[in-house]
Amino acid sequence: MSAIQIDISDKSYQYDGHTVRTISKLQLQVNANEFVCLVGPSGCGKTTLLNIVAGLDSQFHGHITINHDGPKPHLGYVFQSPRLLPWYTVRKNIELVLCGLPPAELIDSLLAEMQLTEVQHFYPERLSLGMQRRVAIIRAFAINPDVLLMDEPFVSLDAPSARQIRTLLYSLWLQRPHTVLFVTHDLREAIALADRLIFLTPKPMQIVADIPVGIARMERNDAGKIEAFREHLLQDFPIINRFL
Amino acid sequence: MTRRSNRREQALAISSLLLIGCLWELLAVILHSHTLPTPAKVAMVFWQAVISGELPYHLAVTLGRMLISFAIAMSLGCAIGIWLGRNRSADAFFDNWLVIFLNIPALVTIILCYVWFGLEEWAAILAVVLNKLPNVVVSIREGARTLSKDLLEMAEAYRFSRRKTFVHVIWPQLHPFVMTATRSGLSLIWKIILVVELLGRSNGMGYQLHLFFQLFDVASLLAYTFAFVMVIQLIEMLILKPLDNKARSWRR
Repeated sequence: MSAIQIDISDKSYQYDGHTVRTISKLQLQVNANEFVCLVGPSGCGKTTLLNIVAGLDSQFHGHITINHDGPKPHLGYVFQSPRLLPWYTVRKNIELVLCGLPPAELIDSLLAEMQLTEVQHFYPERLSLGMQRRVAIIRAFAINPDVLLMDEPFVSLDAPSARQIRTLLYSLWLQRPHTVLFVTHDLREAIALADRLIFLTPKPMQIVADIPVGIARMERNDAGKIEAFREHLLQDFPIINRFL
Repeated sequence: MTRRSNRREQALAISSLLLIGCLWELLAVILHSHTLPTPAKVAMVFWQAVISGELPYHLAVTLGRMLISFAIAMSLGCAIGIWLGRNRSADAFFDNWLVIFLNIPALVTIILCYVWFGLEEWAAILAVVLNKLPNVVVSIREGARTLSKDLLEMAEAYRFSRRKTFVHVIWPQLHPFVMTATRSGLSLIWKIILVVELLGRSNGMGYQLHLFFQLFDVASLLAYTFAFVMVIQLIEMLILKPLDNKARSWRR
């Protein structure tokens, strides 16, 4: 159970002698075991935000607090590209992120659920991009994360593969719930997954809308419901259109 | 099909070796000179040097020196190379040093080492290491500069320890550069080490070659050369090739 408190007053970097402001005055509270989608245009600084939360980027003004009972929270990160180690097999890639003795049954069951059992001893470069993305998702789930960060994990996949992996991801999450920050610019995808949608502006990034998704979890597969919610959303908050 | 073409290639390789042998034999017979013995003569000298134990002794001495200086140069070179590749200010500071050391002729380093430290064993090793080190540093530095930031971030996000990151993320990326440094290093070292031995040691292949030069004993010179070439070939075939193949197995 981990809640995340994000309070960034300023994140800037120097480019060509100019100061580019990526994030300004962003405050966001993510509750424990909540699935939050960050929706915003490309290049608005969503990846930067995830990197800050992951602790990969400390060059900012503000605080990130992960409230967590017990020792350090486990953090899973599914990057925009799969970022698998090409010199290790699929299975070894997953085992490597686990400290100590890797629990074989857990990996077996995750591989089976993601339909990768057959290729577990293949090297990543021999797999399709969609398969590599699934491995990256398993890797993140295998550590049994308290916090899961996902950065457009389905981008550049064809619609059917994206839908298939999305469904698998959602069922995995339902079995092992944890706090998720999910970045996307696909509104339908966000509605299908999230408890809450956070809409973001282009640089410098700020929150324009914070909308709970009131669709029951069992109905997230219903394309009609998703579409209806989307129509409503765009009518009620026309400002969103400008940022999609 | 592949098996057949493999055989064809093997046949070609063997016949090219035979051709060298025939040409050599032919020249030796035509010239009939003391300075170009026939292959049979060289083989006989080689065999005598082997059973007398002289050749194995000097070969072992030289190989021992090679091994020690190679190990020192590689480990030191890897450490410095990684440091310079990851640390911009260190790189900016030491770049000139590298250029200077790269361009000092091998012979100068050897002479200076002997002049400053005497005709000692460790002065000889030092001379070889100093000659080899800059090459290793440059090649490893290149590798360290091109380490994938994506994978390093992945390791950091998943809380890899420094050791784990080095072993599983950094070293495999450096491996091709290390192999290049090893290959070029071996061929460089074994050329330098002969000069080092010739100038200041009283054993080893270099010392023996010097002796044969003074005696105009070309047959022994060639016999020793063959022994050396064969050993280097064996190292390539039995150690480097398998290492290379293992490291490449994941590539598409």
